[in-house]
Amino acid sequence: MNNQELQKIRADFPILQEKIYNKDLIYFDNGATTQKPRCVVEKIEEGYYYTNANIHRGVHFLSQKATEAHEAARSTVAEFIHAAKREEIVFTRGTTEAINLVASSFGYAFCKSGDEIIISVMEHHSNIVPWQMLCERKGLKLRVIPMNELGELDLDAYKLLLNQHTRLVSVAHVSNVLGTINPVKEIIEIAHKQNIPVLVDGAQAVPHIAVDVTELDADFYVFSAHKIYGPTGIGVLYGKEKLLNAMPPYQGGGEMISIVTFEKTTYNELPFKFEAGTPDYIGSTALAEALHYVQGIGIEKIAAHEHELLTYGTKRLMEIEGMRIIGTSKAKSSVISFLVGNIHPYDLGMLLDKLGIAVRTGHHCAQPLIDSLGMPGTVRASFAFYNSKEEIDTFITSLKRIVIMLS
Amino acid sequence: MILYYNMTINELQDNIIDEFSMFDDWMDKYSLLIDLGNSLHPLEDKDKKPQNIIEGCQSRVWLNAEMKDGLVVYRGESDALLVKGIVSLLIKVLTNHTPDEIIGTELYFIEKIGLREHLSPTRSNGLLAMIKQMKLFALAFKARG
Repeated sequence: MNNQELQKIRADFPILQEKIYNKDLIYFDNGATTQKPRCVVEKIEEGYYYTNANIHRGVHFLSQKATEAHEAARSTVAEFIHAAKREEIVFTRGTTEAINLVASSFGYAFCKSGDEIIISVMEHHSNIVPWQMLCERKGLKLRVIPMNELGELDLDAYKLLLNQHTRLVSVAHVSNVLGTINPVKEIIEIAHKQNIPVLVDGAQAVPHIAVDVTELDADFYVFSAHKIYGPTGIGVLYGKEKLLNAMPPYQGGGEMISIVTFEKTTYNELPFKFEAGTPDYIGSTALAEALHYVQGIGIEKIAAHEHELLTYGTKRLMEIEGMRIIGTSKAKSSVISFLVGNIHPYDLGMLLDKLGIAVRTGHHCAQPLIDSLGMPGTVRASFAFYNSKEEIDTFITSLKRIVIMLS
Repeated sequence: MILYYNMTINELQDNIIDEFSMFDDWMDKYSLLIDLGNSLHPLEDKDKKPQNIIEGCQSRVWLNAEMKDGLVVYRGESDALLVKGIVSLLIKVLTNHTPDEIIGTELYFIEKIGLREHLSPTRSNGLLAMIKQMKLFALAFKARG
């Protein structure tokens, strides 16, 4: 991506022109949420102003139009992640709800006392707690894949964890703390040899690398819109049709039913069975707009630019004495977690903020991982395609100044 | 050097406000806070008991209190230096006062010196909980008489 292209992209994001404490905002907290291009926000506005009507039930013009937009969004999502069928795309409130849906519904249908669920040591709380809740509810056991010192999953250990009690494997595609891109294709292949389905938490992957659920042969794949330049409050559960059909509904209400009597209710077909209540049809169309925006630039181009930022950022950070980068996997997305000497991450984050630089500090909702590393937390800089090397330069200059203050 | 003995809590707060008002630049304010953090007498390991921890999402604060001649004496520490600086200010303001004085105090100096953001509930650095705990200690000492 040349400078001209980058400036053109940056102009699409009004927030990137903002000043924080009179300094140019440098937004390096894209792992938490991404900023929104103008077209996404305009899509939301347009939806509420001109095409707002409840979907799937009205006979009138507006309802038809809103329904078509919502269902077209489903097709866009299906195409984006290469799902075989659009019915395999279920809209949820986000990654967290998607995992809860599977834990609850798959857990209800397929899990019993003594069964096991495998996750990894680098999971976000949202891919730990729903499984723990299932374990408590039904007497299952949670098994955890360990990692090596580079932050790569230990696949030999993983193979040993799989056994006849394993019901599901649920792993992150990309770690939100370490940036590690996990070999999910291999993980899935290994599990499938024993007919064990795999859920992939793609929250940190979909915005940064090309994802093809069919090629991966993932059984479930989940992600959030707000991490890929879309609105908050909407996300996606992809599930193989056969599995989704075999699972009971997660919530009851309107939309998800076929026939309701007081004696018995029959459920609607996929994907509506899992979408109780009025769906976020404004959010879904805005998500589709975000995906079109990403496609317009090209995910390969995005990945290449972000990789450049990762390499450059890593090199520049290493200039600082006492720098420790946590997560040095060979396959890595544009996330850099670090610590400097004995300086507490909170102190670094607070002072970087004063210089207009937004980073994340703390345990990043992955407490077990941070505990296993024996750290109080980390500072995390996570880049998006609208970030630049110049921003990294300013970040490094600021960081050097702060380290002197705190040392 | 300002002498802190025999001053009321509010006089101590006003002193701190004066001290910080000498600086216009946030860098200087934070440098002072860092100095304060560095000069806070560290808690002994035996006082860093789990029951003395005030757990925040971002940083940890340890707090201890005892009664000496009718006055509450606080000691505390944090693993983050900026938080430690604020802990040292809080201790400076509240220590060596009677439980009644502490319970009735409104802590306005933090806002006045421009460090209010550290107290936002979403910062989760344990400071807000620490202030609450300092008052709870005072309440407990009062109840014990």
